[in-house]
Amino acid sequence: MAIRQKYLNFERLWRYITVAILVAIAIVMLMPFVWLVSSSLKQQHQIFQFPPQWIPDPVQWDNYVTALTYKPFHIYLRNSLLIIALNEIATLGTASMCAYGFARLRFPGRDFWFAIVIGTMIMPYVVLVVPTFIIFSRLGWIDTFLPLTVPQFFGGGAFYIFLLRQFFRTIPEELADAARIDGANEFEIFWRIMLPLAKPALVTVGIFTFLGSWNDFFGPLIYLNSPDNFTVAVGLASFRGVLATRWELLMAASTAMVIPVIIIFFFAQRYFIRGIVMTGLKG
Amino acid sequence: MTATKSLQSDVMGGRSSGLFGWFRRLPPRQREAITGYLFISPFILGFLFFFVLPALTAVYLVFFRWNLISEPQFVGLGNLRNLVTDSLFWQSLKVTSIYTFVSVPLGLIFSFLLALLINTKIRGIAVFRTIYYLPSIVPAVASAVLWAWIFNTEFGLLNVVLKGIGLTRVKWLQEPGWALVAMIIMSLWSVGAAMIVFLAGLQGIPDIYYEAADIDGAGRWHKLRYITIPVMSPVIFFNLIMGLIGAFQVFTAGFLITNGGPQNGTLFLVLHIYRNAFEYLNMGYAAVLSWILFGIITVFSFLVFRYYGRQVYYENV
Repeated sequence: MAIRQKYLNFERLWRYITVAILVAIAIVMLMPFVWLVSSSLKQQHQIFQFPPQWIPDPVQWDNYVTALTYKPFHIYLRNSLLIIALNEIATLGTASMCAYGFARLRFPGRDFWFAIVIGTMIMPYVVLVVPTFIIFSRLGWIDTFLPLTVPQFFGGGAFYIFLLRQFFRTIPEELADAARIDGANEFEIFWRIMLPLAKPALVTVGIFTFLGSWNDFFGPLIYLNSPDNFTVAVGLASFRGVLATRWELLMAASTAMVIPVIIIFFFAQRYFIRGIVMTGLKG
Repeated sequence: MTATKSLQSDVMGGRSSGLFGWFRRLPPRQREAITGYLFISPFILGFLFFFVLPALTAVYLVFFRWNLISEPQFVGLGNLRNLVTDSLFWQSLKVTSIYTFVSVPLGLIFSFLLALLINTKIRGIAVFRTIYYLPSIVPAVASAVLWAWIFNTEFGLLNVVLKGIGLTRVKWLQEPGWALVAMIIMSLWSVGAAMIVFLAGLQGIPDIYYEAADIDGAGRWHKLRYITIPVMSPVIFFNLIMGLIGAFQVFTAGFLITNGGPQNGTLFLVLHIYRNAFEYLNMGYAAVLSWILFGIITVFSFLVFRYYGRQVYYENV
C-alpha cells in the first residue's frame, strides 16, 4: 500500500514537472510573436525604450496603414496572389495526374520513373539555380512571372506527386473496376471518381502550394527586378533595406505577412499535420 | 464531355472508329501503358526541361567564364583553380559546416524532446502542440526581419531578457561568432515540422511494447533507451537527412539579417553562390560552387545512409 502510494505520488510529481516544462517552452516559443505584435503597435520613440513596454500605450494602429502604404504592398499582394493562383491550378492539376499514373496504372518503366521522382525530392534545388536562371534568361523570361509558375505545370513538384500517390493507393480498386465495366475510360475514372475521393489530400497539397508560393523568397528575388513585379516576400525584404531602423513599421509589415498563414493554419490544422507526416515538408 | 459521351457510345455500339479507334483496338496492356505515360508525361517533360537540361548546362558552365552579356569564354579548368585561391569560398565552407553540424544535431534533439513532451496525455495538450508548431510556418522573410529586431544589441528582445536576468548584453550581430550562434538559435525556433514527424512516429508505437516493459519492471529511461529510440530510428534517420539537406542550403537569414557579415561570419555557401551568380555575374564559377554544394550534400547523405541507415530498425523486415 505504502509503495503504491509512493508510486502514485511520483507519478503526480512527474506530471507537474512535465506541465511546468511544457508551459516554460511555450512561453519561450511565443515570446517572439508577442514581441512582433507588440513592436508593431508602438510609436517610434517607444521602440527605443528600456525596459520595453509589452503593452504599448497608446496603441499605434496607424503603423499598419503607414507600413503597407509606404511601399505599394497592394501591388505586391496582387502579384503574390496571381502567382499563387497559377501555381494552385498547375500543381493540383498536374501533380494529381502524375500521382494517379504512378499509383493506379501498370506500365513498363513506372518504377524507374518513380525512383526519379524520389531522387528529385532529395535533390537540393539550389544546385540547379544558376543554369536554370540562364535558360530562363535566354527565353526572355526574366522579370516576368513565368519562371515562378510555368515549371509548376510539369508535375508541380515531387513532394506533391509522392503525397497524392500515397493517397490514391489507399482508394479501393473495386470502385475503378465498377466504372470500367460501365465503359468509363481511364481519364474519366481519374476525373470523376478518384479526384473527388482524393479531396482531403488535394486540400493538403493546395495548402502547401499556397504556403510555398507565399513564403518563397529565393525565386522572386532572382527572377523579379522591377518593383511593380515584386511579391510580398521580396517587397518586405526591400522594405527592410529602405527602413533599416523603423522597427515598428517593419514589424507591422511582417505581422501582415504572417497573419494569412496563421489564419490558414487554424482553419486547416489537420491537413497541415497530414502533409507534414506524409512528406516531412516544412510549412 | 460531349466527346467522351460519343466515345462511350462508340464502344457501346461496338464500333472502334473515330479519332481514338486505333487506341481502342490495342491490347489492354499496351493501352494501359500508353495511358500511364500520358498521365505521368507532365513529370517526364518537366524532368527533362527543368532538371536534365539545367544539369547539362551546369556541366558546360564549369569550363566557361560567362557574364551573360558577352560570349562565353572557354577557360578549361580555370574555374576549378579559382576555388583554391578564393578565400571567401573556404570561409563560406567553414561557416556552412559549423552551422550545419551544430544546428542539425541540436534541432534533432530539441524536436525529439518536444515531440516526447507533446505526446503526454493531459488536457489541453493540443494548445501546446499548436504553439510549438506555429513558428515553423512563419515565412522566412518575415522571420528574418523579426529576428533582426530580436537580436538588436540595444533594444532587442534577447538582450532585454539577458539584462533582465542580470547578464550582460551580447553583440549578437556585430561579432562573427555570435552572429552564427544567432542563426542557430533562430533555426531552433522553427523545428515544428520535424517535431510533428517525430510525434506521428511516437504515436505509431504500439502500447504493448511499453506494457511488456512495465511487466519487466523497466523505468522511464529504459523504455526511452530500449524501446522508443530504437523503434523511432527510421524517423530519426529521415529527419536527419532532411535536416542536413536543409541546413546546407541555408540562405535567407544570412542574406537578410547580416548580409553575410560581420567579417563574413555568416557567409553561407548559398549566399556565396548567389553573389557570384547574380551580383558579380560569374556564371561559370557559380556553377562550380553549386556542384560543390551538390557534392557535399550527396556525400553526407551517403554517409548517413551507410553508417546510420544500416542500423535503422524496420518493423517486419
